[in-house]
Amino acid sequence: MELNTSKVIADTLHQAKGDVGSDWIMHHILDSHELEFAPFGAIPLPHLSLFGFDISITKHVVFLWIVAILLLISFKIAANAYKKSRIPHGFTNFIEILIVFVRDEIAKPTIGKGFEKFLPYLLTVFFFILFSNFIGLLPNGSTVTSNISVTTTLAVLSFIAVQVGGMMKNGVFGYFKGLIPSGVPTWLLPIMFIVEILGLFTKPFALAIRLFANMTAGHIVIFALIGLIFFMQTYFVAPVSVAFALFIYLLEILVALIQAYIFTMLSSLFIGMAVHQDH
Amino acid sequence: MDFAYLAAGFGAGLTVIGGAFGIGKLASSAMDASGRQPEAAGDIRTSMIIAAALIEGISLFALVICILLALK
Repeated sequence: MELNTSKVIADTLHQAKGDVGSDWIMHHILDSHELEFAPFGAIPLPHLSLFGFDISITKHVVFLWIVAILLLISFKIAANAYKKSRIPHGFTNFIEILIVFVRDEIAKPTIGKGFEKFLPYLLTVFFFILFSNFIGLLPNGSTVTSNISVTTTLAVLSFIAVQVGGMMKNGVFGYFKGLIPSGVPTWLLPIMFIVEILGLFTKPFALAIRLFANMTAGHIVIFALIGLIFFMQTYFVAPVSVAFALFIYLLEILVALIQAYIFTMLSSLFIGMAVHQDH
Repeated sequence: MDFAYLAAGFGAGLTVIGGAFGIGKLASSAMDASGRQPEAAGDIRTSMIIAAALIEGISLFALVICILLALK
């Protein structure tokens, strides 16, 4: 990404009114090679490289690991609590509410019969997106799902789940045959086939972009509002700025929940459409 | 001459018009339906939130393109 133009604008702003421009916002949004503990300092992270691919450990990688460890701990607590008794208490109760929500509101209505096979994947995706969205809202936390690579990976996993689910139920050739709705005139068949194949790829792409854009846009708005204080170089903007930023922050919490729900529900809808192909 | 920022601003503004119009219409029908049948308010609210998130997804596609424009 060429930051030349934004650098020019940022330099002009720097001379005019303080050193906050798009660079400052982008620095906080994008991945970086340092773990930050403002205001104490930053820990530089190692750069690693394998066969020319850059696999250095960046801020998002560290937070991916943190989210994974948190998920493992949470579900280990829940599993151990279920070994003792069928009635959950406390934290396990909270996890059970979410699991029952995913099973009864997302998986069962959309997939119908045979939803148990896909429930582990849907639960994993839901809790991963939920935890990483919330950890991104903490101070010094960074949202893992605001990285396009992470959301693309999740979308590719959903794509694989849809195709494998559809092909195991209907057979490889039967699945492609079932893509085209019945009762279509013959001259329309080639176009319908191309459109349906394209549709197979655009749906996960939309999933990836939706999650990425929602997470990134929320953070950009919060940083832009707070950066207004530095840009205007006055303290009188602070109450307005902080009030708006607080409102957007609360909205971000809602958006974090909703985006996890939407991703899981759309994945489950696509799986349902692939498995039960009679429109 | 650098028109990229201007283009990004116009794009974002137009996108917001479309998205706000769609979500406003959606919210208005949800209010009407809830008023007619208050028992179904919970189901209507859930469907409204899903539809709003999908409409917002579309407007965020355009936002991503505007951000790409503004940073090139």
